[in-house]
Amino acid sequence: MPNIRNFSIIAHIDHGKSTLADRLIQMSGLVEDRKFRDQILDNMDIERERGITIKSQAITLPYEDKTGRTFALNLIDTPGHVDFSYEVSRALASCEGVLLLIDAAQGVEAQTLANLYAAMEHDLEVIPVINKIDLPAADVDRVREEIEIDLGLDSDTAILCSAKQGTGIEAVFEAIVHRIPPPADNNKARLRALIFDAHYDPFRGTIVSCRVFEGCVRPGDTIRLMNNNARYKVEEVGIFRLAKEARKELCAGEVGYIISGIKRVSDTRVGATITLDHEPAPAPLPGFRDIRPVVFASLYPVASDDYRALADALEKYTLNDAALTYQKDSSAALGLGFRCGFLGLLHLEIVQERLEREFDQAIVMTSPTVQYQFQLTSGDRVLVDNPLYYPDPTTILQGFEPYIRASILLPERYMGVVMELCTERRGVNARFSYPTVGRVEIRFDMPLGEVIYDFYDRLKTVTQGYGSFDYDLLDHRESDLVKLDILLNGERVDALSQIVHRDGARSRALRICNRLKEEIPRHLFKIAVQGAIGGTIIARSTIAPFRKDVTAKCYGGDITRKRKLLEKQKKGKKRMKMVGAVSIPQSAFVAVLKSENE
Amino acid sequence: MKPLGTGSDDLTGHGGDRPPSAGLYVHIPFCRQKCPYCGFFSVPSPALIRPWMKTLLKEILLYEEGFGPFDSLYLGGGTPSLLSIPELTRIMTHLRAHFQFRPDTEITLEANPCDVSPEKLWGLRELGVNRISLGVQSFDARALAFLGRRHTVRDAENAVRHVKEAGFDNISLDLIYGFHAQPLQSWKETLHQAVSFAPAHLSCYELTIENRTYFGKLVQTGGLSPLSPDEARTCFLITSRLLEAYGYTHYEISSFARPENRYARHNWKYWRHAPYLGLGPSAHSFVNGRRWWNVRSVRTYMALLNRDERPVGGVEDLTESQLRLEAVALGLRTREGVATDRIGPSMEAQSRLSHLTDAGFLEICNGRVRPTRKGFLVADYLPAYLC
Ligand SMILES: Nc1nc2c(ncn2[C@@H]2O[C@H](COP(=O)(O)OP(=O)(O)OP(=O)(O)O)[C@@H](O)[C@H]2O)c(=O)[nH]1
Ligand code: SF4
Ligand SMILES: [Mg+2]
Repeated sequence: MPNIRNFSIIAHIDHGKSTLADRLIQMSGLVEDRKFRDQILDNMDIERERGITIKSQAITLPYEDKTGRTFALNLIDTPGHVDFSYEVSRALASCEGVLLLIDAAQGVEAQTLANLYAAMEHDLEVIPVINKIDLPAADVDRVREEIEIDLGLDSDTAILCSAKQGTGIEAVFEAIVHRIPPPADNNKARLRALIFDAHYDPFRGTIVSCRVFEGCVRPGDTIRLMNNNARYKVEEVGIFRLAKEARKELCAGEVGYIISGIKRVSDTRVGATITLDHEPAPAPLPGFRDIRPVVFASLYPVASDDYRALADALEKYTLNDAALTYQKDSSAALGLGFRCGFLGLLHLEIVQERLEREFDQAIVMTSPTVQYQFQLTSGDRVLVDNPLYYPDPTTILQGFEPYIRASILLPERYMGVVMELCTERRGVNARFSYPTVGRVEIRFDMPLGEVIYDFYDRLKTVTQGYGSFDYDLLDHRESDLVKLDILLNGERVDALSQIVHRDGARSRALRICNRLKEEIPRHLFKIAVQGAIGGTIIARSTIAPFRKDVTAKCYGGDITRKRKLLEKQKKGKKRMKMVGAVSIPQSAFVAVLKSENE
Repeated sequence: MKPLGTGSDDLTGHGGDRPPSAGLYVHIPFCRQKCPYCGFFSVPSPALIRPWMKTLLKEILLYEEGFGPFDSLYLGGGTPSLLSIPELTRIMTHLRAHFQFRPDTEITLEANPCDVSPEKLWGLRELGVNRISLGVQSFDARALAFLGRRHTVRDAENAVRHVKEAGFDNISLDLIYGFHAQPLQSWKETLHQAVSFAPAHLSCYELTIENRTYFGKLVQTGGLSPLSPDEARTCFLITSRLLEAYGYTHYEISSFARPENRYARHNWKYWRHAPYLGLGPSAHSFVNGRRWWNVRSVRTYMALLNRDERPVGGVEDLTESQLRLEAVALGLRTREGVATDRIGPSMEAQSRLSHLTDAGFLEICNGRVRPTRKGFLVADYLPAYLC
């Protein structure tokens, strides 16, 4: 049995995890230099376009230490953004240790701390690594101090490196093999393997990624999923190189994949334990904690007949994104769809994009919302995460909305504008601290609903990109909540309804009306766009009709061109949603979510 | 706007949607010079006329079988009036020798006002031409200058007179409107003057700026600004109302006839999916759901025919639904509209239809959906909305 080390690289966003993984991969000699590209583990198009990691990615590296001992290092690169923290927590369940990266110029940040706690929960060996020491702004001493004070770790154990320039990498390798404990040797025990990820392959069915804790699994074995007792014959097992690499077996301590012709997508669940059918383990592994979505929105197919296809796509998609929760939903304007829960706004955006790109789904997404609570006159207290189910206002005694503790780290010079933004967003109870000279951290209690709207965008704008933002959920607090409806020529577009605080309702309504005016193409008739609370109109805009659209000539030579144009228009029409006689393009639903400054 | 037709609403006199007889089009692709707004295929190379004619005669032979009898012949272009009487005679002789024509065939020739001397007109009558479409464009000198036309107002007036004097009673005048060099008042005067000649037919085209023309380039570089949609709309409405007040029937977006049975028989075929054969470069043909078009180049056209190949540049076979879409699109450009059952029975189509009739864009009459004047103005939008 080889010497195995299982570890994740964790950090705050952009601290250089994927770049460090690059260096480790390169030094292990797994990839020829000329075939190398930066952030090689970020292999999804969206990751490369956005320059961030979205999915955890495992890879097994060969390594030989100074004494000539050989190792198999199972590295998992994780995302740093808070919206993908579920990816991190699942990766950690497969590891005995972590590299905790800290950007030498940025220092310890919100996710540094959050990820450290997660690693400690799993009782993992933590190796602090100070990265980007090549930067002129690098301040290693300050970071050491933060490691001591904020993280409570021994800063003498920290390794210094520049992932970009490739310095200090040898020390990282040595720390991995010498400080991270090997996995327990449990080959003889009954098989228990934890599914930490999966994806659907149209030819081979569901392919699961797993960490084997006990026993071994080989092609030909009949495995059993302990959550539902489904049985499958194993076709192939293997490890992750840059592509999958088949092996004779996967044994305790190893991280790899299993292909077993699982065609029914719903059988597999991330967090489930795999065992052998003829020799089952007595009990499953603990699995993962349940996810608690914070942002909710509905997805609808653009063309109503595509509902089944969307259902199918979602089922497959969630194999690969366990953080997405969904259930059936329906709307008068948009037909059948799904109510989805997300871990945050970026998560929401990524889900939408991946469904469109990887599964070719044309979807309309409704305004995201948070989960509200209403105390009713009947004595009941109801949870509402969908404006469709806003209770009859006459029965509402009190409304409550979730609050967060927002913490915003920024250069001092932006303090004024950020304070203004936060109070405009109903932030209260401001507290300040000055972690380093020139930087200030502001903490606010703020409604989550204000944040999901367009807060990130606005913060980025007012701080010219220098503000970083993080939050924890606090509690539900009483709030004067109303339901804002949007009407087109008097017909309510239920998919555009929102629950908002009364004070902000009018300006929100106005903004939406103006947005829709820009996005909905002119029709043959005038369209009144109105925002209303109950029966009261609080905002309106008007889309003037177009009154001329005709070309003077149409003879033999013009007909084909004209028809092709019509066919194109018809296609475009299919992608529109009808409310009464008004066609609304998909872009209008999206635009409503965007901030006014964009 | 008065409804079309008394009793029967079928201009063609063939009853219902039954396809009328076939039409024959000959594209004569030569002009003295290229007009700055013109998107038709034509070249200013008179030297090519003779060799080109030889190949046209070859093309005629290719379609000898399978077409006809025709009841319309349209000599268009380009500038067919550039051709001399002997040249036109050769073409006509060939056509008559190889195709069948009904005795009452409408034979139209497009003519430039500079080309219609009394002698030429007599020659044309002898050839059997019985309809002249005269490219007057405007009776305003400034407008003519803007349009880069080589004839004067005087030429235009004389031309109309000569055509009438030569005994043609089926005359169509082409006019262009909708540009800043011709204010609304001037356009109205042009219309009044046109009507004073009592032509049976008027084609009033809003100036269309096509990308591939000189005007198109001017617009792109900011050297020319088109009318606003509202201004263009006003021009269109005034044209329609004024000519209807004079007793013309506005039977197609840009076409007016008085009396209404003087509609352009050949053009009508384009709008009704009637069969037509087009000869000459860039000409389009249509029969039995198949459309094909000739190459858009005189030299290629000649080269192909000289190798005994068809000068065809492209073919398409229309599916049922494409035919339907076209039928609706073309029909809704004419006052006669389309048969109601072409719209489709779906709930959605029906609700859209009733929405358009309620709003006054369409009306339903004798089982046909017809555009109103207001509907004409959005005729490009209606089919995609309805189908
Ligand atoms: N100067 C310098 N830049 C670095 C270093 N390591 C990474 N970077 C840069 O930092 C940026 C972020 O690097 P990534 O490796 O994508 O960061 P990450 O932690 O994987 O980011 P997420 O996966 O999105 O959380 C990139 O532009 C890297 O080139 C370093 O050692 N020095
Ligand atoms: S408008 Fe007529 S004369 Fe002028 S270029 Fe076009 S076809 Fe020739
Ligand atoms: Mg990364």
